[in-house]
Amino acid sequence: MSLKIGVPSKGRLMDKTFDWFGARGITMTRSGDEREYSGRVDGIDDVQLVLLSAGEIPRELAAGRIHLGVTGTDLIREKLADWPQQVAEVAPLGFGFADLIIAVPTCWIDVDTLDDLDAVAAQFRARHGQRLRIATKYHRLVRDFLREAGVAEYRLVDSQGATEGTVRNLTAEAIADITSSGETLRANHLKILSDGLILRSQAELFAARAADWSNGHRATLAALTSRLGIDAPDLP
Amino acid sequence: MPISPAARAEAARLFTAFQQAGAQPVETDILQPADTLLDLYGEDIRSRAYVTWDPLRGEMMLRPDFTVPVVQMHMAHGADPARYCYMGEVFRRQDHAGPRASEYLQVGYEVFARDTPETVEAEVFALFDDLLTPLRPRAAMGDIGLLVAAVDGLSATPRRKAALMRHIWRPRRFRALLDRYAGCVPAPPARLKLLERLATGRPADLMAQAGPALGLRDPWEIAERATALLEDAATPNIPAREADLIDDLLRLSAPAPAALERLMDLGVDMPAIRPAVDRLATRLAALEQAGVWLSQVTFEPNHGRTTLEYYDGFVFSFHSDRPGLPPVASGGRYDALTRVLGQGREIPAVGGIIRPGVVASLKGAPA
Repeated sequence: MSLKIGVPSKGRLMDKTFDWFGARGITMTRSGDEREYSGRVDGIDDVQLVLLSAGEIPRELAAGRIHLGVTGTDLIREKLADWPQQVAEVAPLGFGFADLIIAVPTCWIDVDTLDDLDAVAAQFRARHGQRLRIATKYHRLVRDFLREAGVAEYRLVDSQGATEGTVRNLTAEAIADITSSGETLRANHLKILSDGLILRSQAELFAARAADWSNGHRATLAALTSRLGIDAPDLP
Repeated sequence: MPISPAARAEAARLFTAFQQAGAQPVETDILQPADTLLDLYGEDIRSRAYVTWDPLRGEMMLRPDFTVPVVQMHMAHGADPARYCYMGEVFRRQDHAGPRASEYLQVGYEVFARDTPETVEAEVFALFDDLLTPLRPRAAMGDIGLLVAAVDGLSATPRRKAALMRHIWRPRRFRALLDRYAGCVPAPPARLKLLERLATGRPADLMAQAGPALGLRDPWEIAERATALLEDAATPNIPAREADLIDDLLRLSAPAPAALERLMDLGVDMPAIRPAVDRLATRLAALEQAGVWLSQVTFEPNHGRTTLEYYDGFVFSFHSDRPGLPPVASGGRYDALTRVLGQGREIPAVGGIIRPGVVASLKGAPA
């Protein structure tokens, strides 16, 4: 049995992951044609490549079906309750940078901070008889962040894509979403709250606490981390 | 972990005791409409309750407590006054691994009565106190009404008072606001910059420069708040003496009789709290009458500020000294909740719950 490492199955995340490992002497390649989700790992024995959608990697790690996985900090913290109990952070990979932020319409000249958002939420509820809606797909992260900040009278509405358009379409009053350059926000006349940074995310290598670390897998992990020049994580 | 036979037996015993005290047993659905709970508690309830989906009724929650459905039932067709009791599972989602149960039994007692509120409060507390005495728990009580009255009495604009009232159940936020209104901490740089910008022109012009009108929040709502912010910045601070008195109030923790003395002293400088202090005196007298040993009960005006925010007056809890165990019992007055659920009607209400699982563990049986 090999040590299984889950890697995003397409796009820039896959390419950058392959580059990161390649620069450290571990070559990952997709086998077969573009459409076939299988691959190989050269430069180390007993490591098997598992190509997965980045969004499914947290779940596979939590279940222990893969030993290691590359995915965004944001996805781990959003999808896994009590994430430090389920995965260990092995190494930040230095790409896939994105910030999860809260943004409101630029025409809200009276709003710059979470304080303002809270006051506006109360005003909005009194006026409109409903809670101010924040569109997001990061329900756990946004709810925890707003609870910490003491913002109360809002409601989350689910938005799995084109979240920046929800305000214009009158399905939300504010949004919480991932941004890297802020260009989409500007194009949709939204501005980031000055204290509205929820999380700085990047691609990271995680290890699954629930995976089988017997049968020589721990030795394989030690060999792999030493090749990569990083510390092996503490695992049960 | 399944509910133990010992916990079930305790539940049955307490349920019988509540009926003997004159309460009518009632049942509620386990599946509750999510809308009502979301409207009451806000988005936070989603992280505390299990949400599920009914193909016909939409989003539902597994009963996180009995109070809301019992109030609804009473408002729909209850006698006045009325006493109810109930027994059953509640469900609380836990996002962290640990000893906290995600399903457990509650046995509760609720009184809906318009007359002699302090006597009714004493009745509920004395009943719980009596049932729990063999466990020797620590009893604590408070009164959210004291803090509400104190805030109402501040030399502050109605807007500032409303902001403080809104955050009574979020102590950290309340503290930050009070510090700012009292001038103890300067306004954050972001706010100063915002005020500077708002002072440069008419709201309508600033909005036009900022971007197109977008979303459900009207331009006049934005203009109104922009003006309010400038007005607020020109408002004098809450006098330091008044803010200090609120601190004194919140720091108070003493056996009930001594706490009453102290509150009477505070009432000299804080006349706004005097009616609430008088009510406390009446309540304590009624408790003494009911046989409660008041010197063993801690009184804290801060008590009950971090629970679900429906208690708005008298609050109480019973704790064991065993670390890691949740409170054995808790309760209080929730008039405002009946106002919200009653859509125009209201009825003063006070009640509480006991956790028979905790009672059973304290008696030595496995929880």
